[in-house]
Amino acid sequence: MKLLEYEGKEIFRSLKVPLPEFGGVIDKPAQINSILKRLKKGPWVLKAQVLAGGRGKAGGVKLAKTPAEARAFAKAMIGMKMATHQTHGQTLKVEQVLVEQGVKIEKEFYFSVAIDRKIGSPVVIASSQGGVEIETLAAEHPEQIIKKPLDPVFGLLPFAARALAFELGVPAGHIASFSQVATTLVKLFIDKDMSLLEVNPLVLTPKGFVALDAKIVTDDNALFRHTDFSKRVDIEASPAEREAKKHDISYVGLDGNIGCMVNGAGLAMGTMDTIALAGGSPANFLDVGGAANQERVERAFKIILKDPKVKTILVNIFGGIVRCDMIAEGILAVLKKMKLQVPLVVRLEGTNSEKGREILDRSGTRLITASSLWEAAQKSVAATGGKI
Amino acid sequence: MSILLNKDSRIIVQGFTGSAGSFHAGKCIEYGSQIVGGVTPGRGGTTHLDRPVFNTVEEAVKKTAANVSLIFVPAPAAADSVMEAGKAGISLIICITEGIPVLDMAKAKQFLKTHAPQARLIGPNCPGVITPDECKAGIMPGYIHKKGPIGLVSRSGTLTYEAVHQLSQKGLGQSTVVGIGGDPIPGSSFVDILDLFERDPQTEAIVMIGEIGGSAEEDAAAFYKARMKKPLFIFIAGKSAPPGRRMGHAGAIVEGSAGTHASKIEALKSAGATVIENLSEIGSTVARNFKPVVA
Repeated sequence: MKLLEYEGKEIFRSLKVPLPEFGGVIDKPAQINSILKRLKKGPWVLKAQVLAGGRGKAGGVKLAKTPAEARAFAKAMIGMKMATHQTHGQTLKVEQVLVEQGVKIEKEFYFSVAIDRKIGSPVVIASSQGGVEIETLAAEHPEQIIKKPLDPVFGLLPFAARALAFELGVPAGHIASFSQVATTLVKLFIDKDMSLLEVNPLVLTPKGFVALDAKIVTDDNALFRHTDFSKRVDIEASPAEREAKKHDISYVGLDGNIGCMVNGAGLAMGTMDTIALAGGSPANFLDVGGAANQERVERAFKIILKDPKVKTILVNIFGGIVRCDMIAEGILAVLKKMKLQVPLVVRLEGTNSEKGREILDRSGTRLITASSLWEAAQKSVAATGGKI
Repeated sequence: MSILLNKDSRIIVQGFTGSAGSFHAGKCIEYGSQIVGGVTPGRGGTTHLDRPVFNTVEEAVKKTAANVSLIFVPAPAAADSVMEAGKAGISLIICITEGIPVLDMAKAKQFLKTHAPQARLIGPNCPGVITPDECKAGIMPGYIHKKGPIGLVSRSGTLTYEAVHQLSQKGLGQSTVVGIGGDPIPGSSFVDILDLFERDPQTEAIVMIGEIGGSAEEDAAAFYKARMKKPLFIFIAGKSAPPGRRMGHAGAIVEGSAGTHASKIEALKSAGATVIENLSEIGSTVARNFKPVVA
């Protein structure tokens, strides 16, 4: 789950990581007046609180030199629809704006902690060239990026933090300030089970280092021991995705019109790919899980059908632990309860698949059966086009 | 021959008396695997499925000479179970549990390296390992497998069953089928398992099932090019998945330009692997391009 910048900064503040003077988080333009009264000295920085990088270029970060400018920016920013290179063609509506006092920047650094899958441990990634996207920096100046594997138990020890500071060219008078921030952030990453903690830029001011940004992604698998995060609503997920999660169903809404219900994440992805290969377009990723039973099948149908784009449903079950006859009974029970308005294509394979197919065939219910995934995908595409 | 498991493997089950542990241990016993006991703290001295239950892995190893542990312990305690198995001298740890925090796995991996260098970890979040007709240590349906010359390694569960089913239907049996799991930090990588298959005399060709996210497939491509001679067939799931969205598995996400379907396919193709684009054609593609020496 991603946290908004101001949420991340709240955590930083509680750990005494130096931050710009906090003005407030506003969701109405008029609210800026009270902030300007309190934070008298400008300039002020207004930052759109959306879960995507690249906000600056998209008009989501503004420096106001006068109160009038600040008011104008607040008015323009709240409610604005933003598209950045990280939103993949979608737009995000700006609901909240963070207002802070500007700081005097002497130099911008990049600092992040992430999981390095290759070595199987967390790493610190740092650069003396902050403020640019790390991907851009990696492509253009890979030699400017320093990567230090971390011990997942010890974290970043003070001597290693100092060594990193020297390597980054931090001026001698600010080594302690850097080490303090770096060790605190690494400890936070480990203590709170994060999968990404990025501060870009981490700036050097005359008074020491200040975190200008905070990008945090938490590890959902660890939410059970972080109740402060688990209570938070995952604003990135759609209502349907949140509903699915409640029932242990893994669902991601997509742009197409063939709804999919599959057991297993890999097979669910493979099913989407097969639909695409057959000329169709999947409406969703949906993994009903290993313990698919009638109740889950029913939930899954409901979630898929909430999407008005769905023109056909494809059920692809490879029965391992799950028995196909049970799935077939589940499908029939669901069809009895719900009036399905779209064609249903079912492919059952694996444990008791023949029995399952027999149950479906005998029921006389109008559905399309398929004996291979390819056949199922082709029939789904045909049904979507009204050809079956 | 086979890799990792054979008929002599002696398995204990951690989380033996829980519902998942009981059910799957029972299925493994039915398949013919030597489940020699189990561990549930506090239930030591009792029996379950006609097998002894122990309080600790150390005790179980002492009394049963087990060399494999199959773990069904719930996620919050699973990494601890992995470390316990390693410390007790288990040489193959198979962790089925899904939903383990990533940093728990980072710590467990580090622990094994330092305190249990003998241990190889498969998983977590995986279907397990099976050597057809000899030993099943996992949750896969045993009957779809058939003994033969194909080694199979995969990041996914049901997708693996799909591939195995297609191979068996074409008469292509398997030497060993290994699910390495869909988590960001797996105990064993594709490279680790490919290396074992390359050195296994029974394995004549390898099928690898990857997915988007991470760089394990790219690493496998480099390893294949440099160190392997056996034919390699690959399928990578997630071509149609949009970037930035996590597809079920914690590891299956395209972030930035890393871990895309295209980069994986490109790497494996140029390394000389046969790329299978259509999931439904795994069996037929292998059958068309590979003739086993020992049928």
